[in-house]
Amino acid sequence: MNDLAPDRKYTNAAIPVGGVDPHPDKPTGEFLTDVVSNDWVNGEYKLLVVRAAERALTAYAGQFYHLLCPSPDGAEVWMRRPMSIYKVDKAAGCLEFLYKCEGRGTQGMATLEAGDTFNIAGPLGVGFTLDPAWKNIVVLGRGVGLATLAPLSQLAAEKGVGVTAVLSARRSDLVMSQDLFEELGAATVTVVDEDGSSAVENVEEILEKLIADGKADAFFTCGSSRLLKLMQNLGKKHDVPGQVAMEQIMVCGIGACYVCMRTFEINGEKTLKRVCREGPVFNMQEAVGW
Amino acid sequence: MVDLSVKIGDLTFQNPIQPASGAFSWEYNDVIDLNRLGALVAKTICREPRLGNPTPRMAETEAGIIQSIGLPGKGIDYFLENIVPEYAKFEPPLVVSVSSESAEDFAELARELSVPDVDVIECNISCPTRNTTGGNFAMQEDHTKMVMEGIRAATDKPVWAKLSPNAGDLVSVALAAEEAGADALVIANTFLSLKIRTDNFRPALGNKFGGMVSPALKPIVLRMVYQVAKEVNIPVIGVGGVTKAEDVVEYMLAGAHAVGIGYAGFRNPSALTTIIDDLETWCDERGIEKVTDLIGAVKDDDMEMDPLVAASHGV
Repeated sequence: MNDLAPDRKYTNAAIPVGGVDPHPDKPTGEFLTDVVSNDWVNGEYKLLVVRAAERALTAYAGQFYHLLCPSPDGAEVWMRRPMSIYKVDKAAGCLEFLYKCEGRGTQGMATLEAGDTFNIAGPLGVGFTLDPAWKNIVVLGRGVGLATLAPLSQLAAEKGVGVTAVLSARRSDLVMSQDLFEELGAATVTVVDEDGSSAVENVEEILEKLIADGKADAFFTCGSSRLLKLMQNLGKKHDVPGQVAMEQIMVCGIGACYVCMRTFEINGEKTLKRVCREGPVFNMQEAVGW
Repeated sequence: MVDLSVKIGDLTFQNPIQPASGAFSWEYNDVIDLNRLGALVAKTICREPRLGNPTPRMAETEAGIIQSIGLPGKGIDYFLENIVPEYAKFEPPLVVSVSSESAEDFAELARELSVPDVDVIECNISCPTRNTTGGNFAMQEDHTKMVMEGIRAATDKPVWAKLSPNAGDLVSVALAAEEAGADALVIANTFLSLKIRTDNFRPALGNKFGGMVSPALKPIVLRMVYQVAKEVNIPVIGVGGVTKAEDVVEYMLAGAHAVGIGYAGFRNPSALTTIIDDLETWCDERGIEKVTDLIGAVKDDDMEMDPLVAASHGV
């Protein structure tokens, strides 16, 4: 111990795997997880698998964890990074995060190796909900937004709801989660920039057809303001309800700091909401694009 | 086991650990047991509903974060009706932070906040992104004295003055607040800051200026607490860069009765209760029976000096 660091024998309130949980009834916790693997899935994305205490495994689709990322460059990463859950594997006691190595936080995450510990807080926020009346849903995501939508297919599969997933990306090798969607019985349509199929007009045609075929009782989207706008317009036109998962720069993740605000329009009136607390999943028709 | 309780004015707090206003809300009960805290400190409230500042409201820098939130809230009526009852579900005293752009309204707000479930009124007279005559009164002695006198006359509740680290002469401002009748001083608010993005030449925050929050501020605020505590006869609450139990000890040695914690709770949602546990351990390991024994206990009146250097100083 030196005079800059607390003595190691002091308590660390983050709950380790197999550790005593002081608050088994609280919805959120600070957990010290064990890294199982952290492998590249393509040139830009990695999949982090961590083993976590039981209470950390209660997340459902659309909720997020607040990650204390290690530094990628020797300088401090001051704030946690919010990230939606990709998969909860209760049998294995593991959480999975699919992420694009882009900013300092995710670059720091990319340095994690099996055997490392990783501090996460969560689960946090309000995730996706499925109305029992919906028989078939359409999810439309782009880029890393697909990682947020992927666990929705698991939820839908459990409830016997049919899923059509329209997956958008720059190139076909960057289409994320297609395997996971298909494994869970979802029909997938891939659209990419390189052949022009991801153009809004083309996606609009695909969605119109799904609506006409009775495959769209509800819309879900994440990751693109343009695609949100498209789904909002079609949702209004054909009376299809929807949900959108939003992102914003975040500090506390709990609802205290009011940093992660976004604008929403409810009955013609604009208002701000906290992405961390009232979201990150919102009524699609109330969201204002970014 | 150490007695962690501290008295500030007539009020007793079970330990010297408080959240810093703005960085806390009852929603932290999702993670930690709020009944363990020394106090509950509500976010600053204003008379009218406010949306707050444009986004982005936070940016990371090399040595901490800068933020500009803009005192969002639903106004005092909503606060009294809906937020105070949320805090009343917990046992620690409730400190309500309040801000206004005029001295008259400030006093009126203090009067309206003087309800049974409110234990302390913390006067946020130092919001860094307000101007000196319109809310950031703590930049100057005379404005501080004027606004605090009005508040003092309006309420019998304990009033704490939250001071600004951006003031030129903090000790004089502190003395002015004491003279005006403040029961304690909260030192300090955030440091006015600016970050400019080099990729697009634009300020990183939607509001341009922000307040800096960082462990890097601890030595600076500690120095301020030390200087003020030496001059005033009312308790000081140190706020700035506390991330661990030893930081609490350091602030108390410098003369603080308690500390406020902001950043550490953002980084580790369970930080506040961890620091309480660690402070208890720290004191027990050293046989310290009362945490109040640490207040102002810095040993600086017999600083040893090398004889050669002493000679050069004419000692």
